Amino acid sequence: MRALKYLLRKEFLQIFRDPALVRMLFVIPVVQLLVLSNAATFEVKVARLYVVDQDRTTLSRGVIDRLVASGRFVRGGGSASVALGDDALMRRDVDLMVVLPAGLERDVVRERRGHVQVQLNAEDGAAAGVTLGYLREILARHAADLTVELAPATALAASRAERPPVRGQPAVEVRRRGWYNAELDYRHYMVPGILVQLLTIVGTLLTAMNIVREKEAGTLDQLNVTPVTRPVFIAAKLLPLWIIALVVLGVGLAVGRLAFGVPIEGSILLIYLGAAIYLVAALGIGLWVSAVTETQQQAMFVNFSVLMIYLLMSGLFTPVSAMPEWAQWIARANPMMHFISLMRGVMLRGAGLADVARELAVLTVSSALVLTVAVRQYHKTAE
Amino acid sequence: MRAPGRVEALRAFVLKEMRHILRDRQTLTILLLLPLAQVVLFGFAIRTDVNDIRLAVVTPAPDDATRALRARFEGNGRFRVVAEAPSAEALEPVFRRGGADVALVLPRGLASDLAAGVPVQLQLITDASNPNTGTTMQAYADAVVTAWRADLAADAARAAGPGAPRPVTLAVDARMRFNPTLESVNLFVPGLIALVLTLVSALMTAISLSREKERGTLEILLVSPLRPWQIILGKVAPYLLLAFANVVTALVAAWAVFAVPFRGSLVLLLAASTLYSLVGLALGVLLAALTTSQRAAMMAAMLVTMLPTTLLSGMIFPIASLPLPLQLVSNVIPGRWFIVIVRGIMLKGAGLAHLWQELAVLGVMLVVLLAAAIRAFKPRLA
Repeated sequence: MRALKYLLRKEFLQIFRDPALVRMLFVIPVVQLLVLSNAATFEVKVARLYVVDQDRTTLSRGVIDRLVASGRFVRGGGSASVALGDDALMRRDVDLMVVLPAGLERDVVRERRGHVQVQLNAEDGAAAGVTLGYLREILARHAADLTVELAPATALAASRAERPPVRGQPAVEVRRRGWYNAELDYRHYMVPGILVQLLTIVGTLLTAMNIVREKEAGTLDQLNVTPVTRPVFIAAKLLPLWIIALVVLGVGLAVGRLAFGVPIEGSILLIYLGAAIYLVAALGIGLWVSAVTETQQQAMFVNFSVLMIYLLMSGLFTPVSAMPEWAQWIARANPMMHFISLMRGVMLRGAGLADVARELAVLTVSSALVLTVAVRQYHKTAE
Repeated sequence: MRAPGRVEALRAFVLKEMRHILRDRQTLTILLLLPLAQVVLFGFAIRTDVNDIRLAVVTPAPDDATRALRARFEGNGRFRVVAEAPSAEALEPVFRRGGADVALVLPRGLASDLAAGVPVQLQLITDASNPNTGTTMQAYADAVVTAWRADLAADAARAAGPGAPRPVTLAVDARMRFNPTLESVNLFVPGLIALVLTLVSALMTAISLSREKERGTLEILLVSPLRPWQIILGKVAPYLLLAFANVVTALVAAWAVFAVPFRGSLVLLLAASTLYSLVGLALGVLLAALTTSQRAAMMAAMLVTMLPTTLLSGMIFPIASLPLPLQLVSNVIPGRWFIVIVRGIMLKGAGLAHLWQELAVLGVMLVVLLAAAIRAFKPRLA
């Protein structure tokens, strides 16, 4: 194993000799973790509202005031013309337009039913859905208040009905609770996932580039004619990055804890066990990419595509359950998805070894599989 | 430029670079086919909506009211009842192993309490470990309960007979403009085009230039009569063509496979794509000039383009949802502006009059990046 020792020394030297690379290895993941963990939310804080009030009554103004008072909406403009509002939507000056048609107050007082038209800019999709949800809820509450406000008047108007005013709506109270993340802090949820992404990017990319670089430089041929065996060579290529990635993970966990207060409810050893297994799969993919490509440019492009699949099919940003059946199978074959689920389980829910046994098993199998394929793909002979 | 040889030299150089790429069939195939495959794969696979919500119902004593409410959830189309338990204690293990997304906890004697007008309390428990889907699922569950409540109120009013005060309804007629069905693919394709263009333009240029640097062939080019900007132009031109080909294939896929609407001007879209590719190319040159090896150039390109273009551009998560500092950061990400332009043209049919600001921003970015790239490149002459 002396050969392995020397090769490892060489690999570490080559990495740490490039200060730009070392900086990128440690600084950029931290910066990304800090920045990107804040980014992944559909929550809409304030939507800009264009008001087309054609009714111009106390009631119509009350509706708008109620919306603005909720803090969810700000007035971004207003006129009596739908066409002007349309233009504002088109220019993205506002996010939605509310049209209060003439006769709204009359309808509400007489018929107990008013219509409010809402047009949302659905360009951002999810955001529009959430905004509409808030708007509906606020208007429903306003309507309930109006019921109470208007009740005595109606009772009078309805020729002094003898019954007590408003036993009104059935009293149903709904209590909402979110488990495991009571404040719905999306950062707690995102940090484990983004950490996994960064580990994967660093591990996969550097492995692939490392070997292809030697191919391009011709030094791989030199190594191939030495008595170094295939397993030793591969171990020497993978081990340094495996260790570095585990160190990066530690740094990331510390940053998550200090900057976002992300808890680690479960055992940190379990996280490291999962990471140690998962990284074999991640690095194995890098190895495979380097075996099938000839230049760093190709390696990078293939890698980038693999990472995009990793990234988008892992359920980190978009729910897996919303995907079509066949795509869910692809997602399930993605070791990253299982590792993210393990990290979240251990960090947020305090899951123990028994709870994540399935994930660990899947990770072990996929790591073994990936490594076998990659090692077979890699030949010691020149083509 | 006045010397007649210069223009010819440039032409020859551009041709050489073209040939370089065209000869490498493997790379060319990868560059042309992978982006297309990605647009198709992700277009089908990525949905931001939540459809199949697994509901657990807790009914200590089932009666007509609990059955009616449960039927409402089942009839909604989004919910699937996966478990029914007599007490809330049984929920914990189900949630823990991720067996249910939402739980509806109903009180004992719901029907009789409602009939008697006694206040009742329901509980909606959501697995919020994913807050994004958690919020959405809670909103859907709320909507079902709200509709049920409104019908109860209407029933109560009817039962109370005419003359009794009726509850006020403010009906909301909502129209989702520009993407009525909130089709995810319509929103996603513009983002994918932005990602693919960044990939081909910024990353490929960075790699190809830093390769020449690593091998020392750049030195040879620099002592040739070609000016630095000419070398850059020659290196960049083939990738511009490739990026253009990628836009066209992605658009054809969007139109033919996903029937993404196309309401605006194709010429404007292609022009904007070219402008965006140029920004990416300038960024690639800058990165190559600033780093010393292919590895470093690639890591840098990957980290400044891939995750930011996915997360800070509005491709998946709306810009308005970002915290304020990140909204400011998002302004320097070219993809953020490009996605507005592509969505504007494709979904809204917006024209130059609506989009000139975004185009101007990209233009300014191009000038700044180019100036920086050429400046960073020059000292290497020595």
